[in-house]
Amino acid sequence: MASHGIEVKDLFKIFGPHGEKFIDAVKKGMSKTELNEKHGHVLGLNDINISMPAGKIQVVMGLSGSGKSTLIRHINRLIDPTVGSVVYEGADVCQMSKTELLDFRRHKTAMVFQKFALLPHRTVVENTIFGLEIQGIDKKDARKRSLRWIERVGLGGFEDHYPNQLSGGMQQRVGLARALANDADILLMDEAFSALDPLIRTDMQAVLLDIQDELKKTVVFITHDLDEALRLGDRIAILRDGEVIQQGSGQEIVLNPADAYIADFIKEVNRGRVISVSTIMSRQPIGETTKVEIKPDDRLETAAQAMTDREENRANVRDNSGNLVGSLDLKDTIRAMVTAATH
Amino acid sequence: MDWLFEFPEMSREGLRDLKKGIDEAFQAFGREYGEGIEGFFDPLLAFLVWFEKLMLATPWPLMIIILAALVYAGARSWAMVIGTVLVLLLAGYLGMWEDTMRTLSIISVATIICIVIGIPLGIIMSKSDRLQSVVTPALDFMQTVPSFVYLIPIVMLLGIGRVPGLIAVCIYAIPPVVRLTNLGIRLVDQDVLEAADAFGASPTQKMLTVQLPLALPNIFAGINQTIMMALAMVVVAALIGVQGLGSEVLKAVNNQYLALGMFNGAAILAIAIVFDRVSQKFGKRLQKHSEVLHG
Repeated sequence: MASHGIEVKDLFKIFGPHGEKFIDAVKKGMSKTELNEKHGHVLGLNDINISMPAGKIQVVMGLSGSGKSTLIRHINRLIDPTVGSVVYEGADVCQMSKTELLDFRRHKTAMVFQKFALLPHRTVVENTIFGLEIQGIDKKDARKRSLRWIERVGLGGFEDHYPNQLSGGMQQRVGLARALANDADILLMDEAFSALDPLIRTDMQAVLLDIQDELKKTVVFITHDLDEALRLGDRIAILRDGEVIQQGSGQEIVLNPADAYIADFIKEVNRGRVISVSTIMSRQPIGETTKVEIKPDDRLETAAQAMTDREENRANVRDNSGNLVGSLDLKDTIRAMVTAATH
Repeated sequence: MDWLFEFPEMSREGLRDLKKGIDEAFQAFGREYGEGIEGFFDPLLAFLVWFEKLMLATPWPLMIIILAALVYAGARSWAMVIGTVLVLLLAGYLGMWEDTMRTLSIISVATIICIVIGIPLGIIMSKSDRLQSVVTPALDFMQTVPSFVYLIPIVMLLGIGRVPGLIAVCIYAIPPVVRLTNLGIRLVDQDVLEAADAFGASPTQKMLTVQLPLALPNIFAGINQTIMMALAMVVVAALIGVQGLGSEVLKAVNNQYLALGMFNGAAILAIAIVFDRVSQKFGKRLQKHSEVLHG
């Protein structure tokens, strides 16, 4: 399990030949449009501060052009920041020397890409070995590790196929196996599932959640899809025009959208899958009048299902240590599931 | 109005002096450094002579077996092997065995030299835009200037013989392999390069595991073109003393021997076809991964 989070602090990125010149102006509030029109520079990231928790999935969400892909590339410094820092295990990635950076990329991070970025001239197993080969790990050992991960992502039997013999979903499984074989604590996923069909995407999300359950890596997941963000994210940061406009858990964002933009975003969300029982339950258990018991961190959808299955209108809430902590009414549950947050 | 129709050219004396000046300067340079330059190429000459002798000294049946094996190793095609053996037998039967061996020897050496110099140059070029902007016009120059023009200084410096011939062939034949190595590396998908970076590949690792393997089809197209251009230079190289099929063609032109010219020309053509098909098939085999598509 990953023991360290990633601290992104005061990060600015201005694209253009003299980005550093405009930092002060941007800090004083120069807009993206003004910077672009008057000075020909593009504001990529504006004062990003995100504390990404260890062993959890941090989702960064935003539409195209919001700077999310730029942000994830700062974590392994595929893009250099204009100013700011990315701290991991007490070291600032942005200050690392070339060799330190190579070492950091080899041993601490692994990345999965939107367009898979597999090596077309190598078979599945040779692709999966790639990171280990770069680390200089013994071929035999590397092959053994790779085969295990190929099996784990459900590609057993396809070891000797070439990427262009595989479907998109299978190719991204190779991308995931390649990243996991690296055995790094940080897993960077840049719109990893965006290019896949909806069904295969859901499938891959399940694979990721399953693996994360076991490995507890520090995952940074980029997406433009709110449903995906809510399903995967322990924490979510929403980016617009290079700025973080809201961050928190999925439930926090759905219940208290920071502005009209986000409120608009979450309108279509299936709230029953986001809001947990503990958020709306009453603190009073109702004793023996119901046989249905649910957990505080169950989602409303599950709770509603449990009650309707048993044809009950109420349920007791029992926490993991076995104490009754409250109760839930079916009517309240359905009300919370269907009313959009007003703003 | 005379000046309108009379081009204001340099005076005769001036022009003569200018040409004389250039000639004399180059001759002085030749006297000063000619021997040194010749000495520099001595190992090459020794290698050329050794290789040619080796090919001529090998018994012809053994030579045919070796060449057939090479063709099979490259093309994996029995049809190609049979074709090659027939061509060699016919060339030998028509009295061109030795000249064919001489030509094969110089083409092989020229190709090896072009590859040994050309691929590293292409690699460096792909990494530096500045170098590319210098080398590209030089390559254009080498391909465009009529070969007879650069034969003159080569002959003035090194005289007539195998080495100047080989240099002339290489000057003409090296551009494709340099160009296509450079291009092939530059065309490698940016996404894949980024992935290599993300996994912490050093520039050398990136070159060896990603860029060169993915550039290989282009590099092979370059090698193929280089071989073809080297063969095209065989007759020109014969002008400055390279023995082989080319010199026979030259003899045929000078004496109006139609049959001799046709036979030797056909032999050059046959060698070209064999080289071309074998190197193309070999290049294709290297990209077998791109042939099988997900259906």
